[in-house]
Amino acid sequence: MKIGFYPGCSLLGSSREYNESLKAIAPAMGLEFAEVPDWNCCGATAAHSLDHQLAFALPARILALAEKAGMEELLVPCSACFSRLAATRYELQKNADLRKEIIDIIEMPYQGTVKVSNALEVLCRAAAANLNGKITKPFAHKVACYYGCYLTRPTELATCKRTEDPQEMDELMKVVGAEPIDWAFKVECCGAGLSVSRTDLVAGLSGKIIKDAVHRGAEAIVVACPMCHTNLDLRRDAIEAQSHERYSIPVLYLSQVIGLALGIDPRTLGLHRHHVPVRFPDAAPNASADSKKPELQLSGKDD
Amino acid sequence: MTASSHPKSTAHDLPSQVKQNTGESVFNCYQCGKCTAGCPLAAEMDYSPNQIVRMLQLGIPELEEEALKTFTIWLCLTCETCSARCPQEVDLAAIMEYLRQESLRRGLVHPKAKDILAFHQAFLDSIRKNGRLHEVGLVAAYKMKTLHLLQDVLVAPKLLFRGKLKLFPHSIAGKKAVQKIFKRTIQEEEKEDHS
Repeated sequence: MKIGFYPGCSLLGSSREYNESLKAIAPAMGLEFAEVPDWNCCGATAAHSLDHQLAFALPARILALAEKAGMEELLVPCSACFSRLAATRYELQKNADLRKEIIDIIEMPYQGTVKVSNALEVLCRAAAANLNGKITKPFAHKVACYYGCYLTRPTELATCKRTEDPQEMDELMKVVGAEPIDWAFKVECCGAGLSVSRTDLVAGLSGKIIKDAVHRGAEAIVVACPMCHTNLDLRRDAIEAQSHERYSIPVLYLSQVIGLALGIDPRTLGLHRHHVPVRFPDAAPNASADSKKPELQLSGKDD
Repeated sequence: MTASSHPKSTAHDLPSQVKQNTGESVFNCYQCGKCTAGCPLAAEMDYSPNQIVRMLQLGIPELEEEALKTFTIWLCLTCETCSARCPQEVDLAAIMEYLRQESLRRGLVHPKAKDILAFHQAFLDSIRKNGRLHEVGLVAAYKMKTLHLLQDVLVAPKLLFRGKLKLFPHSIAGKKAVQKIFKRTIQEEEKEDHS
């Protein structure tokens, strides 16, 4: 199935492995991506913290470009971008005055015909239709599925049915052989946009998420958002310094987990780009160097 | 979710402005405190989320202005937990968003929020310049604005080593179109405020 693709800025930089792994699994999932031509940044938290119209105009230009390119559905893998694009489409549908205002600002025709979808939604659908019989290396690990904010909130736009205890990612992980755990921080916020300006607060919030996942026996945390990944992975040193604990639990994008289960090479999935090493016997980027190690003490209590 | 367009406000009191710009009425809140109970950063705030609403409910102009001066409105992560759980369906995240914008317009931003604001502004500057966010440029501009020069110097080599640091920005053909969007929105308002 051909689907529009809006990578967003972080998928070209700090979370390029999310982009790489999505593209790596696309053929097996029966997906073909067409990138929105000449897309701009969605404006993220900054725009909607400071200016109401700008917060709608930037995503509206993207949606208008997708419309012009004849797209019916747009895959937006970054949860934050997804939230801005979906909220813009929702508000412009509801409010004719705002729609007119925004169309005047962007100077482009806008109908609101493009459906905005996130990676969880698209991959669940594609897995049901295409994964049968393709799982060659089941991801046989206990995983904590972390949904964060924007897959469950705001409730009007929620992808997941049970917003306080969503199950969609858990079900998808079962399909690829993983064992999702019950835990308490599925939909808690990681600190998101304060990662640079208040790293201390982010380390506290993300630290609680990691602690609960580890204490309940997870061997990996699975995410669908670049900001969640940055805060749980790249900010691990800050988390450890603040909590005086060592945590070796890796954080994987859901597309990377699916890729490993499909038998795709870890390097193609960008696993070597993580800050916290992804050490599973079959998944280590330097498989030869790591192959002698026993299957890890991923409980987080190892040093 | 913000529910309405952004007309210039006519009523002077803050609750009316909130209602006009977000569609949300602070008077629907009965102060159960569920927003505060679920807020991940409530413990760091100078006023709890339900107190912010209370400050707008009482009809006291000094308290309304005080709400715009709080650190709370800038710490809000827009995680929307409060809005999702409110039994009265008050969209507090949308109210917080409006209060931030109003606080900035009236020049009442809390001194402790200057780093957070500097980050948002550096973020928007980067988009205005290139059409897309340039992460390296963003962090550099943020450091210059705040003089936190040493922050994250240890993270940068890690990113570079993993091929995640793009030294040069991606520019788009529609850069001019994006700049026009800025001119007609946030820059337009800045001009009005200064005239």
